Amino acid sequence: MHKPVLIFAYGNLSRGDDALGPLLLEYFKDKIDPNNIEILSDFQLQIEHALDLENRQLVLFIDASVACETAFNFTKLLALKDKSYTTHAMTPSAVLQVYQDIKKQAPPPCFLLSIQGISFELGEDLSQQAQINLQLAIQFTENLLTNNQINFWTQQIENNIT
Amino acid sequence: MYENLETADNQQNLKRVVIDPVSRVEGHGKVTLLLDENNKVKQARLHIVEFRGFERFIQGRPYWELPVLVQRLCGICPVSHHLAAAKAIDQLVGIDPDSLPPTADKLRRLLHFGQVLQSHALHFFHLSSPDLLFGFESDISKRHVIAVLNEYPDIGLQGVKLRKYGQEVIRMISGKRIHGTGAIAGGMNKSLSKAERDYLLEDIDQIIEWSAGAVELIKKVHCSNLPYYDDFATIATNYLGLTKNNGALELYHGGLRAKAANGDTIMDHVDYGQYNDYIHEEVRSWTYMKFPYLTALGQDKGWYRVGPLARVNNCDSIDTPLAEQARVEFKQHSANPMVHSTLAYHWARLIEALHCAESIKNLLNDPDIMGSDLVAQGEKRFEGIGVIEAPRGTLFHHYQVDENDIVTKANLIVSTTSNNMGMNESVRQVAAEYLSGQELTEPLLNNLEVAIRAYDPCLSCATHAMGKMPLQLELVNAEGKIIDKLVKHSNGQTERNLI
Repeated sequence: MHKPVLIFAYGNLSRGDDALGPLLLEYFKDKIDPNNIEILSDFQLQIEHALDLENRQLVLFIDASVACETAFNFTKLLALKDKSYTTHAMTPSAVLQVYQDIKKQAPPPCFLLSIQGISFELGEDLSQQAQINLQLAIQFTENLLTNNQINFWTQQIENNIT
Repeated sequence: MYENLETADNQQNLKRVVIDPVSRVEGHGKVTLLLDENNKVKQARLHIVEFRGFERFIQGRPYWELPVLVQRLCGICPVSHHLAAAKAIDQLVGIDPDSLPPTADKLRRLLHFGQVLQSHALHFFHLSSPDLLFGFESDISKRHVIAVLNEYPDIGLQGVKLRKYGQEVIRMISGKRIHGTGAIAGGMNKSLSKAERDYLLEDIDQIIEWSAGAVELIKKVHCSNLPYYDDFATIATNYLGLTKNNGALELYHGGLRAKAANGDTIMDHVDYGQYNDYIHEEVRSWTYMKFPYLTALGQDKGWYRVGPLARVNNCDSIDTPLAEQARVEFKQHSANPMVHSTLAYHWARLIEALHCAESIKNLLNDPDIMGSDLVAQGEKRFEGIGVIEAPRGTLFHHYQVDENDIVTKANLIVSTTSNNMGMNESVRQVAAEYLSGQELTEPLLNNLEVAIRAYDPCLSCATHAMGKMPLQLELVNAEGKIIDKLVKHSNGQTERNLI
């Protein structure tokens, strides 16, 4: 039985700031409503993760990002054939595209929380800046999960002040 | 062989073409070609351009952390590292493979079959099928799995579901998709419940049917393109892998067997704990990846290939009926005792996927997997060696610990490292036979990537690095000036800038 809300973080705990997503999940592991929210984690996104989107009402992807210019960034995702599926690691938009292709229907509303990472070296701990960013992202997510409605989440994009 | 193309004479007079990095492989690799004024290939190399010392990362950690820690080495085959490390630390608590409780042994095998199935499905359906179904030189916009989903929706969806099923096997046994703690020193930390077993049994017949269909598909693709498929990137080599005592295919535990290109046995039933006496690694200045070789044959003649092609070539039989039938057909298609076609890696890979699916069903119907005798204990030792047949080939984990159970030395030989010379030789074969003398275009250069991808290399494992995937080709003339440039960005967009 799929729970209506999915939080999906991806990254490698042993590669410095790449751990941001899984660490955010770790924080929420015992704090979420287990009847309504499922949390999943993986190293990287791949094509079969499209099946994790089935029967969801809301999906939140969480990832570390070097491209993020602020502490975090919250956006709504669109299905996109961006060719990242030519690699072992896909973008969340490409996963949505796969869902659309195999299910022949639009994916559920999906959002991406990107948390700014600085360094991704093997064996490193979180960088100092990433630790600060993680705390800010946790506060943002706490607020987000107070109201699991698409309108509220969409509104947070506009309120996304970092 | 094409060793003469490893290093060219008079390099300053040659044009350089760089494919950096190779796409649709895990990690960061680069191919360089040196061409003369007539576009004749004079040098071809696959380089590994990053290096991270994972062994150093492990040193100083308590041994019981290893099965979880080593999974972070790779996002593609974490379970293989998990199990190789577990086999090694079994020995640190005094447990040899034969002393593992049957429930623990069978659960580990089940976990491994799930891992190999999902990894092989990922490689064939997601990364290689675009080349195989649309052609190596087809429009770049077609060479991806989304195009497969559009034009062959059943095949694409089966690939997704095969991979998903393998991951469900992993999740049921280790509790999580990743970072699971299924295997521990001396055994396993949980068995399967009846509900978990029944859940996995629900779909297994469908999984076997799809796996058998995939074997038929690749057989058809391969045989309908003979002799091209038997020639492209093909090199006659030695092969290394584990086999059972009776010579049958073995993925989890067995003795080392090496066969020569003519099918003669070089060594057999070798205890992998003695691997240091049989295998050495050579370093070359132009790449971070080492070159392993069989000591008895020396550096020049002792290099070998591992992985599905090696395993299916080396074994005398497969102990599940559908995969055995497929193996016999595979061997019969070649007039030689050994199948040397590099593209036959795909065929062998899918025979193994079918074997995994059949083996998963057998194990799910074995009551031992729901048993309660999970862990054995023995006398502490200070050294442990675990070897497993990972999806990409033989994987060695070797650890030493001190009195306080802290790892003092670690050595890993990963499958892709063993295939280093094979990949380089295949690149040279393609460069010499298919590219030399022609104007290089992106579709033509994709041939080089096709050759490398057949090995399903995990350069991330081999170098312990994490790479990004832009692609850059530069054509440099004899004066060293860039005369053409093709860039594939990390989002897959391609642009060509005539300088």
